[in-house]
Amino acid sequence: MASLKVPVTTSDHILGASSGAVTLVEYGDYQCPHCAAAQLPVKQILSHYGGRICLVFRHFPLTEVHPMAGMAAETAEFAGGYGRFWEMHDAIFANQPRLSPELLLTLVSALELPAEEFQEALASGLHAPKVQAHFMGGVRSGVNGTPTFFVNGVRHDADYTFADLASSIDDAMLAMTR
Amino acid sequence: MSTILAAGARAPDFRLHVTPDQVLSLDEMRGKRIVLAFYPADWSPVCGDQMALYNQVLPEFRSRGAHIFGISVDGAWCHQAFAQARNLHFPLLADFEPKGDVARAYGAYRASEGVCERALFVIDENQAIAWSYCSPIAVNPGADGILDALDAMPTTGE
Repeated sequence: MASLKVPVTTSDHILGASSGAVTLVEYGDYQCPHCAAAQLPVKQILSHYGGRICLVFRHFPLTEVHPMAGMAAETAEFAGGYGRFWEMHDAIFANQPRLSPELLLTLVSALELPAEEFQEALASGLHAPKVQAHFMGGVRSGVNGTPTFFVNGVRHDADYTFADLASSIDDAMLAMTR
Repeated sequence: MSTILAAGARAPDFRLHVTPDQVLSLDEMRGKRIVLAFYPADWSPVCGDQMALYNQVLPEFRSRGAHIFGISVDGAWCHQAFAQARNLHFPLLADFEPKGDVARAYGAYRASEGVCERALFVIDENQAIAWSYCSPIAVNPGADGILDALDAMPTTGE
């Protein structure tokens, strides 16, 4: 039973009720088609459970197969520095088929974030250590591909459909009331 | 469902193709730490497959003085195409002829399907098994168990 080795803290990107009943942690890669496909069920989960759940996203870029994944993760982190992480996160997934350095710059500009600072941050690798730390924390927690989900710290080994995720979340909620 | 060899057992020697024209034996690797990762097949239809993950985690294995090998019943040419497509930087062994013999020796062969289990072995410098694990066939075991096992071994001079 693989379990989350890196606890969720305030330095994480958290969407939804931060003191919610259930914490759903997703390790993902912005160039992975499965992660893009998981966007919809994850959003459905968030709206279905409302204030009883929160989503945490952590980076797991498989750069050897997805050469743009690292830069995309650093771009999301850059936006996060301006409190715009989730908007960038959604924008990158929405534009995944056209992922390129030019596209990322376009998305930065579209969010009215400073383009020059963005390019400096990429060039200096400002956010690379955080992305790598996410990756290694994922490896040590048993992340075995993307997307990998943890429900209250337990790896979800089923599919990423709404029904499968909901089933794990319902089980976690039941376990908490015992 | 056979039982895989456990920690403390001697790692069975093998001689297998590591490229279409090169053969590697375990005996040649004496004095080195080895990770043997048995897996069912090349070309499984997921991005985050086991070999892609190990490829990404390679620096962590290397920094612990370990040499990782993937092993399946696919032939050397198939492995070559797969390794090129996935940009793999570590060798894949072909347990192809006689098919599955090495997997059988490690207790990691699924005769019903004719493929290897998802079984992991960490082998020490003296070719004894230091740690082993067999994952359900549909579950990629990840890299955490391997790293935990390597971290638990005495520090190596390599």
